Order: sequence, then C-alpha cells, then structure tokens
Amino acid sequence: MEEFGCEWNDAPHSMGTTIMAVQYDGGVILGADSRTTTGVYVANRASDKITELTDNVYICRSGSAADSQIVSDYARYFLNQHTIQLGRDATVKTAANIARELSYGNKSFLECGLIVAGWDKYEKGSVYSIPLGGTILRLPFSTGGSGSSYLYGFLDQAWKEGMNKEEAEELVVKAVSLAMARDGSSGGVVRTVIIDSSGVTRNFYPGDKLPLYYEEIPYRPTVEPMSA
Amino acid sequence: MTGKQPYVGQALDSPHAFTLAPGPTKHTQYPYVTGTSVLGIKYKDGVLIAADTAGSYGSTVRYKSVERLKPCGKHCLIGASGEISDFQQILTYVDKLILNDYMWDDGNNLSPRDIHNYLTRVMYNKRNNFDPLWNTLVIGGVKNGEKYLGVVTMIGVQFEDNHVASGFGNHLARPIFRDEWHENMTLEEGTQLLEKALTVLYYRDRSAINKVQVANITAEGINISEPYALKTNWEYKAFKNPTAGAVGSW
Repeated sequence: MEEFGCEWNDAPHSMGTTIMAVQYDGGVILGADSRTTTGVYVANRASDKITELTDNVYICRSGSAADSQIVSDYARYFLNQHTIQLGRDATVKTAANIARELSYGNKSFLECGLIVAGWDKYEKGSVYSIPLGGTILRLPFSTGGSGSSYLYGFLDQAWKEGMNKEEAEELVVKAVSLAMARDGSSGGVVRTVIIDSSGVTRNFYPGDKLPLYYEEIPYRPTVEPMSA
Repeated sequence: MTGKQPYVGQALDSPHAFTLAPGPTKHTQYPYVTGTSVLGIKYKDGVLIAADTAGSYGSTVRYKSVERLKPCGKHCLIGASGEISDFQQILTYVDKLILNDYMWDDGNNLSPRDIHNYLTRVMYNKRNNFDPLWNTLVIGGVKNGEKYLGVVTMIGVQFEDNHVASGFGNHLARPIFRDEWHENMTLEEGTQLLEKALTVLYYRDRSAINKVQVANITAEGINISEPYALKTNWEYKAFKNPTAGAVGSW
C-alpha cells in the first residue's frame, strides 16, 4: 500500500506567509504571520519572519525559508561592514538595495519575496518591496507572501494616506489576520515591529486573541453532552 | 552544484559581486513582475513615447505606479516592457555608459542611435549565453536635428521605424498607426494618436491599466508627463443589454 502524505518529510521549508509593511507619518510598521510549512505540515507555528538587518532597518521574509534566511544573513553581514566603514547608521535605501542585489544577482536560484522597511534621518520611514525576480520599488505600503492575494481588495479600500502609528498598526494586524483566516499557508500569531526615530518596538498578538471573522467561532470550555 | 563552493562578495565592482555562484551557471529565467506595451511615434518636433504604469505579477496587477519610461542622458529616453528587475538593471548599465561618456569631457555625447546600438549588443550577448534580459526596449530621442526611434528585443533583434510598439501594442496599436500616422504630425495630433492606441490597449489588454505616461523628446529636451487617466466610453446601447436577443449568451 502506498504511503501518502509523506512528502512533508522531505518538502522544503516554505513560509507560505503573509507579510506586510506600512509607512506612517513617524516611521514604519512591519507585520507578519508565524506559520512555516513543509508541504502540508506546519513545521513551526510561531516563526519570526521579521528579521533585523540593522538597528533601524528590518526585513519581512516570505517564500522559501532557507533562501530568505540566507539572503537576510548576507544582507546583515554586508550592512554591518558598511555601517562600520560609513561611521553612521545605514539608510533604508542602502539596506534595501543590498537585499535587491542579492535577490536579482541570484534570481535563478532563489525563491523569496522580501519587504525591507525602517527609519533613517533622511527619508524618515520608508518601505521597499522586493518581489521574486529582484525588482525594487519604494511604496507607501506593501504586502507579500501567499496570503497577500487575499488582501488586495481589502487594502484598496482600507489603506489611507497620512495614517498615524495607531491606525497603521491596527491596519496591519487586521490585514494579516484576515489573510490568516483564508490562506492555509498563513497562521499562528501576528507579530508587528514598529520602527521610528526612537527605536524599535516589537508586539505580539496571539492567535486566540485575534478578531473572529466569517464562519469562525469562539472558544468555549467543553460542555457535557446532553443525556439521551 | 555539488563540489562547488558558493561565495559572495567578490570585488564589489566586478560583474559577479553579490552572486552566490560565479560564471555561466545561470539559465534562461522566467519573468515575474512585468510591464506591458510601450508605444512610440515620431512627430514634427521629435519623438513621443507612451506606456502605462502597471507592474503585473502573472495575472495580478500587483503594482500600479511603476515608471517604465526613463530618460538617459539629455537626448534619449528608454521605455521598457517585460521584466521590471531586468529593466532596472539595464538602467544601471546605461547610467554607467552615460557617466563614462560625460567623463570624457570632449564636447561630444552619445546619441540615441549609439545608445540603441549599445543596448543591442548587451541584449544579444546575454541571449547568446542563455541568460537574457527579459525586456523589449523602445529607444527614442533627438540629436542634431535627427529624430530617432528604435526597438531592441530580448533576443537582440533591433530595428528603427517611424512608429513602434512592444507586446500587445504590436497587434493593437501598430495597425492604428499604419492607418493614421503621417509625417510632421503636431504635438496635439501625435498625443491624440497615442492616446487612441492606449485606450484600445486599456480595453483589450488584461495587463493594462488606466494610468499612463507620455514622454516627449525634442531638441530642447525630455519631458515625461505625470501619470494620468484616459477617457473611456462604455455608453453603447448594445452594452447595456447584450443578451436581449439571445438569453444566456455573452
């Protein structure tokens, strides 16, 4: 008898993922889900897909877990050297372009979509989208990963220019949790990272505290079955 | 890749900087984020080139503010369809070319024809190595009174003409140009002709969006318009009730 469902033993780790970053008037908010899958199995239900590149620049990773990790590692390595040589904080633009060079230069080997976001004193908050292929685009907000398909319509309607920090974070949490509700490759908890002139703040929204959407039901303690 | 040690960070100005594997281990790729048609026509005072601002990701219109028309030097403009990351790379090559040319400080600078020729060499060479830049480029400009308009494809085919287009534009816009283009059109006539073609492309190309830029290159210089939307017409009686005569049809 054929064993089925075992491809997940050997399937590469993929971060199906929903990632997002939004620029607001004082900085940026990055957000992501926490599910890493190997095929259909959830290898890690509490991953951290928002990775530090420098004190003031972070990166959201999607696609192949291995590819996005190695690209981030090399980017962090180069930026570390660059910062030492430069004598001050790297700009978000530089960090994004280093990630882009790695992504574009190895495009036939890599499968990762990245969002680089952070704060520097020249441009204040900025968000750079680096999809598959290594295109680089600066945008007021960006989404990525398999879950992002479910957010185009939502964000077309809900994103507004000139949001403040609270509005932007609320939007990110709402969007990521909506994507998690429909995308099987996204789930777990919502992590956000806020970067502004004063530094970095990490927030954590556990899966059972997220709002419930259509056809989802709340937890209730086990109830005794009614007697016959 | 067994036995090969990947390495990164060769001399940063080498063509293999940042690559995890050097040399000819690349193979033909696939486009991911793409731009659709670019249109170009010559007119009385110069050249007009137009494109929309969409970056599609397969069938999804993922980015709606991608600038696919870029000036290079003072006399020339390049418009690109195809993979946006490759276009961004081409712009860095062209920047270096223009800078190098400027540094000669010899009172001469590269013409659109020269830039077209350079890009043809680049595209053809990469095609021969099965590592193409996945673009069709429209190059236009004016130098020393000569109006220039040409195309290079991802396989290195190059040609010049009075009116050109890439992608869907070849099928939908060129026939309009063949019918209505004539020598020495005014700026208004030329712009209207391009807008007519762009409107048809918006109706009939699924990757096109209603947000376009038109660039005007003359002897005085280059002017790229801010993105704007075209007027569309949906007011046809037959559109309001298309299945009245055959219920269930489309």
